[in-house]
Order: sequence, then C-alpha cells, then structure tokens
Amino acid sequence: MNNRNGKSVNKDRRDAAYIHCTVNGRKREFAVQPGEMLLEVLRREGYTEVKKGCDTGSCGVCTVLIEGKPVLSCSYLAMRADGKNISTIRGLEAEASKFADFLTATGADQCGFCTPGFTLSVIAMKRELKNPDEMEIKKYLSGNLCRCSGYEGHLRGIKRYLEASHDEQV
Amino acid sequence: MTSKFDIHNQFKEVKKERAKIDGKGLVLGRPAYTDDFAPQDALVVKIIRSPHAFARILRIDTAKALELPGVICVLTHEDVERIPITRAGQGHPEPSPRDKFILDRYVRYVGDEAAVVAAEDEESAAEAAELVEIEYEPLEPVLNFEKAMDNPVRVHPEDDIKENFPIGFEPERNIAAAYHMQVGDVDTVLENSEITMRRSYYTQAQAHTALEPHTAFTYLDLHDRLNVVTSTQNPFHTRRLMGQALGMPLRRIRVKKPRIGGGFGGKQHLHVELFAALVTLKTGRPAKVVMTRQEVFEATFTRHQMRIDVRLGSDKSGRITAVDMHVLSNTGAYGEHALTVFMVAGSKTLPIYNKVDAVQFGGTIVYTNKVPAGAFRGYGAIQGNFALESAIDELAAELGMDPLELRRKNMIAEGETSDIFKIMGEGTEGVEMVVESCKLDYCTSRGAELIGWNPESNARWIDDHRVRAKGMAIAMQGSGIPLIDMGSAIMELQDGGCFKLHIGATDLGTGSDTILAQIAAEELGVSSDKIIVYSSDTDRTPFDVGAYASSTTYVSGNAVYTAAVNMKQVLCSAVERKFSQEEHSVSFDGTVFWGDEGRLITLDELSYDTLYHDGKDMKTLTASGSFSGEKSPPPYMAGFVEIELDVDTGKIDVINYAAVVDCGTPINTNLARVQVEGALVQGIGMTLYEDVLYSENGRLRTNTLFDYKIPSRMDVRKLTVELAESYEPSGPFGAKSVGEIGIDTPLAAIANALYNAVGIRLRSVPLTPEQVWREIRKTGILKSGIRKAAD
Repeated sequence: MNNRNGKSVNKDRRDAAYIHCTVNGRKREFAVQPGEMLLEVLRREGYTEVKKGCDTGSCGVCTVLIEGKPVLSCSYLAMRADGKNISTIRGLEAEASKFADFLTATGADQCGFCTPGFTLSVIAMKRELKNPDEMEIKKYLSGNLCRCSGYEGHLRGIKRYLEASHDEQV
Repeated sequence: MTSKFDIHNQFKEVKKERAKIDGKGLVLGRPAYTDDFAPQDALVVKIIRSPHAFARILRIDTAKALELPGVICVLTHEDVERIPITRAGQGHPEPSPRDKFILDRYVRYVGDEAAVVAAEDEESAAEAAELVEIEYEPLEPVLNFEKAMDNPVRVHPEDDIKENFPIGFEPERNIAAAYHMQVGDVDTVLENSEITMRRSYYTQAQAHTALEPHTAFTYLDLHDRLNVVTSTQNPFHTRRLMGQALGMPLRRIRVKKPRIGGGFGGKQHLHVELFAALVTLKTGRPAKVVMTRQEVFEATFTRHQMRIDVRLGSDKSGRITAVDMHVLSNTGAYGEHALTVFMVAGSKTLPIYNKVDAVQFGGTIVYTNKVPAGAFRGYGAIQGNFALESAIDELAAELGMDPLELRRKNMIAEGETSDIFKIMGEGTEGVEMVVESCKLDYCTSRGAELIGWNPESNARWIDDHRVRAKGMAIAMQGSGIPLIDMGSAIMELQDGGCFKLHIGATDLGTGSDTILAQIAAEELGVSSDKIIVYSSDTDRTPFDVGAYASSTTYVSGNAVYTAAVNMKQVLCSAVERKFSQEEHSVSFDGTVFWGDEGRLITLDELSYDTLYHDGKDMKTLTASGSFSGEKSPPPYMAGFVEIELDVDTGKIDVINYAAVVDCGTPINTNLARVQVEGALVQGIGMTLYEDVLYSENGRLRTNTLFDYKIPSRMDVRKLTVELAESYEPSGPFGAKSVGEIGIDTPLAAIANALYNAVGIRLRSVPLTPEQVWREIRKTGILKSGIRKAAD
C-alpha cells in the first residue's frame, strides 16, 4: 500500500505484540499495540457487538466478561487479556436470548446501544448474587448507563427474568 | 375532521404490548449501528478542532502531516467551495440561517472545525492531526449570552451568510433570529389586574448524551453515487442538506440510517456526514467519522440556554388575566433551530392557559462563541414550561391558593381553542385548531391521587435534616408540525401472504418500526408479524421528514394507516376481478376474502395466484399513503413529584414521580410508557445533575461523562406512569404523540416541591446541591426554626 507520496505505509509502525486469548470459546491470536485497549482490538477483529460509548470508562456499553466478571473493555489494556477467557454477548447467546425475552417484553430495550454490555452485567449478576433485592440490583448494574429507558423498565424485566430463572431452578 | 375510527372498536394489534421487532437482535448484539457496517478499508477521518473560542485562521501548514505514512489527505477551507449552509434537519426552506461553512477561515467556538485529515488507520489519522500546523489569530469571544446583543464583537463578521426567509436575522447585532406576537394589550391588562408579578428564570444548555457517538461512513457505489450511512434522525433532510453543501444534485446521493444508538434531537443535524463525504469525493475511497465522546460534548449541539422573563396577572379569585413571556435564547456559534426552538417555548406552553384577556410572547436568539445549540427533546417547551409552571406556583403562593386548584381553574379543556395555535407555528404562522382530545382534568386529578396531594401539608420532616415535599406542573407538546411535516408509506403483497411496509420514518430506538407495523396490521386485520418493515433509506423508502417534533406516531402513523386502507382496497378489487364479482362487494377479514355468496379465497392463496398462477393477470399488488397534518393535536400531562431534601447538604432526591399522560390511544402500551419514563429521567437529570460549566476562555469543562453527570439507575427511586383513556379523532386509531411530552414537567415540578419543602424559590436550573445549600444558608431558614415548625 502506498500513500500519495509513494512511501510505503506501515500500519504497525510501533512494535506490535501478540496475545493469545479465548473469545467466545474460540482460541484467538491478536496483534496489539502497546497502550491499546481491549475494546479497540475486539472491534477491529470484528466483535462489533462490543460498543464504544464514552472513552473514559463511565458508560458501560463496552462491557465484556473476562473470566466471567464484567469488565470495561475500553479501560482494560489489551496486553492484560493475554491468556484470558473473554465473553462478549454473542458468546452467551442462549442466556442472553432468555433475558432478551423478558427485557423486550417491557419495551425498555429501546435504542439497544447499551444493551449488550448491560445484558452481560445482568448475566454476571445473576451468577454472582443470590436473590438480590432492588437496591442490590441497581448497585450491581449502576455502571451500565442508559439514556433512553429511565431504568424502570429494565428493573421490571430483570425482576421477571430472575424470578423465572429461580422458578426453573426450584 | 370527522372521526375515522370507532372509539369502541376492539383493537387486535394496537393498544397492545408488543415487543419491539428489532429488540431481540439488539440485545444479542447483532450488527446494527453505523460503525458495525463500516467497510474495513474505510479511511479514518479526524477533524481538527479549534482550541480558541473565537479566532481567525492565518495559515495552515499541512506538509508534515502529509509526509506521514498512511496519511491520504488533509483538507482545509481552501479545499472546500464556500457555500453558506445550515446543518439543521428541518423542512424546506429551513427556518434556520445559513451561517455555517463546511470549513471556514474563522472558528467560532472551542471545538469548531478547522481542518480534516484522512488516513489509513486510526493511529495515523490521530498523529497527522497533531502534525497539521494551524496559526490562529485569537479574537475576543462573546461568552455571556446576556451581553451578546449589540456587543462590539461580532460572532459572524462575514457578509455572505443569509436567512432563507425573514426570521429577524441581524448578524451585525449578534442576533440569529427575533420574534414578537401579542393578543390583546398585555400592559394594560396587567395594569388593571389585582395581582401582578414578574420573574426571570434560567435554564442551561443540556447535552443529549445519546450513548452512540455521532457516526457516518461514505462510499461511492457502482453508479458512482455517494452513499452515506449515518446515525441520523432524518435521512431525507440529510440528503437535501448535503446536496446544498456539496453542490451536488440530490440524485447522486443516497442516505441510509441503520439502527441508531439514541437521538433525542442530537442527531437531527449534520455533524459528521459532510466530512466523510468530502474525503470520499476527494479520494474515491470509503471514509468514516466516529466521534469521540469529548467531540460529542464539545462539537455537536446542546439544548438552547435561555433566560425567560415572565409577567403574570390575575384577579384575587385566581383567574389569570394576562401572560407575558419574553425570552433570550443562546444559540451559540451557529443558528440551527434558533427561531423554532425559541417559538416552541411559547407555542407549546401558552395555550395551556387559554382563558386570559391578553397574551404576549417575544424575544431574541443571540449568537455567542459557545457550543452551538440545536434540537433537543422538549425543543423549547421544556424551557418555557419551567418558567411558566414555576411562575404559576409563585402566583398561587401570592394568592394563598392551592397551585393545583389555580391550574384547574385556568387550564385548557377539550373542545376549546387558543389564539396561539393560529398565530405561532414553527418559524411561520400556525394553524387554527380546536382541541378534540384533552384529558388534563383527569390527568391532574389522577396525578394528585397517585402522589397523595394535600395542599394543607405537602411537606413533612422525616428526621432533623430531611424533609419530603411535593410539587407539580402540567404540560403540553405537539404531534408533528402541521402543513410542514409529511410522511409516507408503500405496501406490497408478497407470496406467503405477508406485506412489505416501506417507510421513510426513522426509528431512533423508540420502536416506531414496530408501532407502524401494528398500525398497518390493525387496519388490514392481519397480525403484525406479517408486516416486513424497512425504513429510512432515501433510495428505497418513500419520503418522510424524519423523527422529530413528536411526529412519527401521528404523521408517519397516519401515512401508514392510509397506505393500509388503500392496500385493503387494492386486495379486494383484485379478488373482485379474479372472481368476476361486483365492485365493492368483496370484504376481507384478515385471512379470507368474502363475496356475496361466501368464501372466495384466502390471503395466502391470493398472494401465490397474483404472482405465479394468474397468467396474463399476474401483478404485484401495491398501495401507498402520505400524510401531512392539518393540525398538531397536543398530548398533555400532569407531573407530580415527591422529593426528599437534605437541608444539611442541599441534595434533592426524587422519591416518586407520578405522571399521568394523555397521548390519545397508545399504539403500543409498553413503548408509550417507556417513552414517558425515559423522558422523565432526562428531565430529572436536567433539573438536578446535568450542570454545564465553561472555563473563563470559553472551553466546555463538562466535556466527558466524568464531568457531565447523567442519571444512573441509582438515581431513579420510583416512577409511576399512567396513560389516560383518550382518543384523538385525527390520529391513527386515536393516537397522538408521546415522545417528548414526558420531559417537560420535572424542572418546574421539582422546583415547586423545593419551595413547598423549605420556602426556597430557585429560578435557575440545575438545582445542584451546591446551589440549594447556598440558598438555604443565605435565607437563614434553618435558624428560623422551620424544622421544628414543620414537625
């Protein structure tokens, strides 16, 4: 590839390093730049379900699960993901689909931009907290902002989802 | 207009809870938004922005940037044809001044576009942006909007900008637009009123904060046409404005909106599209712009900051005799939506009190060297509502009257009208309208019930530093802009007995694709899953102005309704011909076509016959519909809030917000409710948290989500939303709008509750803990023994 001055373009001007991790159950190798965040790498590699919203670790739309825990991929150095097990929403399609039925039944899914990250946090919360009350739910999910719904519909959906999951287990 | 629908009709598809048709796909993270579809080889476009609030560009040296490997081009004002444009997605001709150039010799706020770089990748583009050397001559900026008018400093000194039609544009005085109207003689009526008062209120430049940053990519297709994929609220306006700005015929441009990650008015403008297009047209290559969050804050639009001076008159019994509203609005560096937002501050508030002897509205919209303002949910009505509905409570206090009672005595009712409807439109005259649906009476009484309104004791101390108190406000909005907004729809029967529904309407995540399918399905008698919706593509869908002005349900909804009525007619006619039946003798029940002698054919069978079996009679059955409103039926609501104030910290928590909304028939009860809930929380955010701060030299300090606080789920304690039984005869199946109305009341309702809590009247939002705490200290109410008195 040449630029207009005829010089060769070197996309990897800096020293790229290679990391190995598992994304949604598949072993992957990624070339990453020093200082590059996991979000950038994932989107570049086609995981467009991981959204970019604020650049400051404030909004939660870039949430992924690393070893099952919700992590803001925009503030997580890609290098640190070496050897880690990463899940995006598409790696948890069955569980996400269950939650989707409850969320969309409230109408609070709205624009959906926050939803993949938010849903991952909900799934992680369900695994982590036993019978959380309203305040515990809000606290756990407070890092996932939503500008459309006013949050009340989310809460209605989450409660029904947890109740249904609880009933299933009983 | 006579009623098109039977109010007692048992609906099958509308007034139901239907999941959004795209909901599950979005939850599962399927590719949906603009950047998800951007070509891998798209050039990355970075915009170099002004660090000065006001400056002249003396020199731009692009040499070093261009030497950097991977950099493809650097564009400055010298590379762009000088055409004055507006970026406001509005009807044609736009009621906004053409006061902007894609790139200019002047930069007028911190964040204004100075140059554009395009490179093979993100890193190179960012590095190149650093290497472009721009020499500025900083100029004295105008930062205080109350000192902008006739300031010796002119924000727009250039002489080639203009208005499209008279809007009071006087750039030599820093005036983007001006307006005045009156009914009766307000001054005389006020002089003769037993009680008069005058107050000034201030609202801030709220940020939309849609979670998807503004994004667009462009490419040239096989026909060498410019394709624009963008997170826009109005693809057709975007195409027209891009044609104007680039000097291109519209036939060479296609604009398409995929899913969009929130809009709220923030994507009703051109912020990124033109820069991607410039690069694509220059290089022939795909190009994309994805804004950073800082750019969204600093260099898109905000809500218009306003000062609103209100004068009220009444007699001692509480009959309001006169209302005067004088508005000073800050449009920032450019005048997009300057006049229209300002006018809505009056046109969507003053008709609420329609029994006055005189009413007056006027003022100016001024330029400053701050982040420009534009459309934002509420669109002036929220600012006007804060002023008027605070003033009404102040009047009630003066009268010693229950503010709820004062409102009920003076507010508009079904069957009534207001002079304002005819006088004030959006940038032009309005239209006469008798209100055919208005359940404010029910909304206020039901809201009072839900919150436990008691004028004798709307405050109680729960311990020695926390007091709970109630407040309220009422509001109206519109349903599209009459005789200006138009929407249309095309339907087609496909094999399998399903229908394509192509609409120009723009789903912002609100669920309009879903509710428009419900409307089509209801009329045809089929289930809504038989409707295949495709929307928002200038090549493939019919025209629609887009999603703004609370127009989609009413305007686009009526277009879809008309298309479905026509489709049904087309289907029945086809069956009549096929079976040699008399004209108008065949009926359709959603599954089967019936003739005089019984069952003729099913929809499913018909769909195969017309496409595969009927020989020379085969044809594609299509129908279309368009709609332009002759009026804009207002939705109404009453908002009642209970707050908890901590007098030691000044912090206000919203304990419960009860909203009773008259939106006519809610087409989708869930989605209508969530519209209100989401709007309430945005309104509460503006009231309490969303502070806008600038540095001394005009740099926006609240330019990240660290600094600019939108409500989190921890801030929402309880929302109680109910929809009133109501039916708007001119709406599709009785529907009015619901997208904006919910945002209007929190400002005044919470300020009124604060007054009811401790007697403090704050006339400037946001009601931050600091402001409230200072006021508590200043008034010395804590020493006055109020805590004890209230026990």
